[in-house]
Amino acid sequence: MNARRTLATARRVLTQLRRDHRTLALLLVVPLLLLTLLRYVYDAQPTVFDQVGGPLLALFPFITMFLVTSVAMLRERTSGTLERLLTTPLAKPDLLFGYALAFGAVAVVQTTLASAVALGPLGLNLAASPALVVLLAVLDALLGMALGLFTSAFARTEFQAVQFLPAFVLPQLLLCGLFAPRDTMAAPLQWLSDVFPLTYAVDGMQRLAASTAVTGDLLRDLLVVAGASVLALGLGAATLRRQTA
Amino acid sequence: MATSVEVRDLVVERGGQQVLHGLGFTLHPGEITGLLGPSGCGKTTLMRALVGVQAGVRGRVTVLGLPAGSPALRRRVGYVTQAPAVYTDLSVAENLQYFAAVVDAVPDRVAAVLEQVALADRPGQLVQTLSGGERARVSLATALLATPELLVLDEPTVGLDPVLRRDLWVLFRQLADAGATLLVSSHVMDEAVRCDRLLLMREGRFVADATPQGLLEKTGAADIEGAFLVLAEAA
Ligand SMILES: Nc1ncnc2c1ncn2[C@@H]1O[C@H](COP(=O)(O)OP(=O)(O)O)[C@@H](O)[C@H]1O
Ligand SMILES: [Mg+2]
Repeated sequence: MNARRTLATARRVLTQLRRDHRTLALLLVVPLLLLTLLRYVYDAQPTVFDQVGGPLLALFPFITMFLVTSVAMLRERTSGTLERLLTTPLAKPDLLFGYALAFGAVAVVQTTLASAVALGPLGLNLAASPALVVLLAVLDALLGMALGLFTSAFARTEFQAVQFLPAFVLPQLLLCGLFAPRDTMAAPLQWLSDVFPLTYAVDGMQRLAASTAVTGDLLRDLLVVAGASVLALGLGAATLRRQTA
Repeated sequence: MATSVEVRDLVVERGGQQVLHGLGFTLHPGEITGLLGPSGCGKTTLMRALVGVQAGVRGRVTVLGLPAGSPALRRRVGYVTQAPAVYTDLSVAENLQYFAAVVDAVPDRVAAVLEQVALADRPGQLVQTLSGGERARVSLATALLATPELLVLDEPTVGLDPVLRRDLWVLFRQLADAGATLLVSSHVMDEAVRCDRLLLMREGRFVADATPQGLLEKTGAADIEGAFLVLAEAA
């Protein structure tokens, strides 16, 4: 692992993203539009907006980073640049942490913007400090990034990579406790819900929404999200092969 | 003569098929070796085995005294893939700056290699707006950054205009004169005369390993294409 190469990779990924104005706009503006939409969907029930708005702040960075990373890494594989990079002194962690730094930075901007608009003009009530909200959201972004990186190894085309969103993310979304309380689901679904990392991301946001206290449960959520990201990054690293058939 | 690459009994399997069937050869510093043969004969596979990215390799492949693919070789070997491996959404200079950071090249090298591949006048242009030949030269430039001792170039001159092609061969000759070992593949035989040595390949086997002159004398053919035909029919 080499700081110069990691930083150069992060800078390169950010430059690519900066060139792509439309993707950047989608990353930053779509969460704001959706939150605004939600605010007026629950116009008559502000307490429901408070319950759903928080978890949504966790979902945006997770979903967008999952998509952006899986397509970016797939391009890196299919364009030959990955193979080229792996013949240089660049180590796999340099590449992975370079991506993590770049997308982490984007996640900070994305979540700060979304939280500012949600907590300000839209009047979302979250008990915890905005800093904790942004911290959890960035961890969620890194989780999405790490899973996107890992799943991109199983896609041959960008079409397939995009299909992994419904395949990998929707089941987690359905079982994370947002649609039905987890303890009311059929037992096998509860077990699944227990092992899906997104469950802890959403649970953490719900706790931040409800209470100012930094409880053991909240810490557990943060640790599970961070741990799952590290695990997925490790699995992702294993899919970067220097030798291919 | 010093030896920079030594290959013995190289066998490669790809997709359950044997693609290279027991190749042996050596490469030497200061020499340009041409790897010539029709499309699909195994040129790219051989080059991938040399740089250590090919799976399913048997036999002995020694590069600069080390087994192919050793981590210590990653800065000493430059590999230019057949399809340009560059970021099309970055500018020429941004591509080179990134690869320079990756191989620890000093910043001056970026301007120097741009000069070498005749792209010094367009560092700011996005790669996706370049022609195929220009992209190939950006890809070549990234491999030159670290001044590698062994350069493995997979069809670097395909699709280039004849003037540029000549200039690139002048560059290859300069690099060889400075002590580098070059292996250059091509599926067109007319580049053969520019090489010091030729490996003619067909269906995963060498049909000749000789100097261009020696090949013409041995076969009595008028050009390398003719020599290839004579040898392929004899085999
Ligand atoms: N990824 C692969 N999987 C299986 N077979 C392959 C693969 N790539 C190339 N081949 C086969 O290996 C042989 C040699 O290919 P290649 O080395 O690319 O030839 P050349 O570079 O001379 O055109 C061809 O028959 C080709 O079909
Ligand atoms: Mg080829």
